Amino acid sequence: MAKAKSNTEEYLRMYAQMVRIRTFEDNANQLYLSAKMPGLTHMYSGEEAVAVGICEALTDDDRITSTHRGHGHCVAKGAEFKEMFCELLGKAEGYCRGKGGSMHIADQSHGNLGANAIVGGSMGIATGSALRAKLQGSDDVTVCFFGDGATAQGLWYEVMNMAALWKLPVIYACENNGYSEYTKTEEIAAGSITARAEAFGIEAHQVDGQDVLAVNELTRKLVERARKGEGPFFIELMTYRYHGHHVGDINREYYRSKAEEKDWRDNRDPIIRFRAHLVSEGIATEADLDALNAEIEKDAAEAVAYALEAAYPDASEVGQHVYAA
Amino acid sequence: MREITLSQAVNEAIAEEMRRDETVFLMGEDVAEAGTPFKVLSGLVEEFGTGRVIDTPISEPGFVGMAVGAAMTGARPIVDLMFGDFIFLVMDQLCNQAAKQHYMSGGKLRVPMVLRTNMGATRRSAAQHSQSLQALVAHIPGLKVAMPSSAYEAKGLMKTAIRDNNPVVIFEDKLMYQDKAPVPEEEYLIPFGQAHVKRAGSDITLIGTSSMVQVAEKAAAMLAEEGISAEVIDPRTIVPLDEATLIESVKKTSRAIVIDEGHQSYGVTAEIASRLNEKAFYHLDAPVLRMGAMDVPVPFSPALEDLTVPTPEGVVANARQLCAGEMIHAA
Repeated sequence: MAKAKSNTEEYLRMYAQMVRIRTFEDNANQLYLSAKMPGLTHMYSGEEAVAVGICEALTDDDRITSTHRGHGHCVAKGAEFKEMFCELLGKAEGYCRGKGGSMHIADQSHGNLGANAIVGGSMGIATGSALRAKLQGSDDVTVCFFGDGATAQGLWYEVMNMAALWKLPVIYACENNGYSEYTKTEEIAAGSITARAEAFGIEAHQVDGQDVLAVNELTRKLVERARKGEGPFFIELMTYRYHGHHVGDINREYYRSKAEEKDWRDNRDPIIRFRAHLVSEGIATEADLDALNAEIEKDAAEAVAYALEAAYPDASEVGQHVYAA
Repeated sequence: MREITLSQAVNEAIAEEMRRDETVFLMGEDVAEAGTPFKVLSGLVEEFGTGRVIDTPISEPGFVGMAVGAAMTGARPIVDLMFGDFIFLVMDQLCNQAAKQHYMSGGKLRVPMVLRTNMGATRRSAAQHSQSLQALVAHIPGLKVAMPSSAYEAKGLMKTAIRDNNPVVIFEDKLMYQDKAPVPEEEYLIPFGQAHVKRAGSDITLIGTSSMVQVAEKAAAMLAEEGISAEVIDPRTIVPLDEATLIESVKKTSRAIVIDEGHQSYGVTAEIASRLNEKAFYHLDAPVLRMGAMDVPVPFSPALEDLTVPTPEGVVANARQLCAGEMIHAA
């Protein structure tokens, strides 16, 4: 694996954050399967190294925009389980008082400008956040997360053009998980995705999205350069989603094989890989990591139990927050 | 009092707010040195520089989306959308993103931005540069919609819009940019949701938006010569709508015509007429009448285009019939 951070605490935090995402998603999936969660949701499992590798290179002042598959970004940017599960269940103590749900979680306190249920819908928002930083002389950087499917949206080409013209501190992070909903990416994307950014004169990188250290090392370098006005940048992160497009997408052999899924889970899992690295480098023992996992599982179970019992918003809230005061 | 054009009024409002608040900035196509094709923004780049008066590529969804992001993170962008017809290009950014951020985030995020654009036919600009699309925007909760009817309103509403913490869409009538009206030298703001009774009357209420206020006023003057006393009201903002002033007037006059330059079907006139029917029904002596633009794409030929919009003569004819107690089945 690539080496980035030498600090033991930071390594363990990256591991813990990846496990927190996986654990959150496992619990969210169970809530769906047991019919305790309204609506449906899109699982981030398998892509943890992308969100964590990038967000660990950011501060709370740096902004991100997220996607419909956004729980991983939210956790990685510092959100708490309790408020997240409350939001997924439509409860008043959720990050958005239950008004957003899975596809619209925003956590402004950590710089998460929100998930977005329109594919590619946040590309303008992220680029505008970067424009604001430049106009106001602020050195924060905005990361725009989106999937390979969103590269088919015209908005991206409009905002990349302006970001490049005006050298905005934005990093476009394309999580290429191989599938645009139920269709292979190669069937929806002509040519090379990195070449599209390069056509605007934007420096583009492709990185193994299952290697958290590689993602983190690259992002830290680009963030530092973006702060100095050398942006924008583009990263294509090669990754894989373990679940279907959404939790209800169970029978998916018409678009991908079980053998392919098994191969990614067994041989390229970002958590298994990083765990092996931590143990082989003597940073942590198996027992240390088991204890960490158990602690995270306990936190999640408690947050789920809390959220299930938590109150729904009062009916009087339905008309609140249409307009800001 | 001095008189200035509607164009100068908009320019003054923006300049004053940019001096007052350094987070306010302007972006759009040819807003800087060109000052827009209508020259509304001329001179601003000289005072505020290209850092705050930003020329964009012809990428409406892109720069409206960027305004949303800038607004969400602490700036107050004013976006110039060169023609109101281009609103169709930015519907996702305006209606799915800007309008909903505050609500979807449970009140945490705010989008204090202004989208200024225009409306109005009879400029011989044909079907894609002549539409009045305020009803489309007014339909979406989370957006506010202002429709200035003169230079005075244009300045006061623009200043209020820039200070508002929500996305506000301002529709200026592109045929009124050179129209002059008295505008005070000293600062003033016009609050949203406050209709203005332009002319008092007792027989019929004429509710007009934007350029249709002038049409209503001309009609009222003509009706006065026939002995019909018409009250003219300008709602000034259609979201929020000052329903109380409209209802109070109709309770007094017992008749009303609502005039707006958008297409008549499913439009602003339908909404206002419906509220009057619901809330002043037992005070009405005649059906509330809608007068909007004809339900046709705006034609190019002057001979055809002029037929599509409400005129003072048309308003007078309808008012005369309503006041005579004649049932009207179709406008």
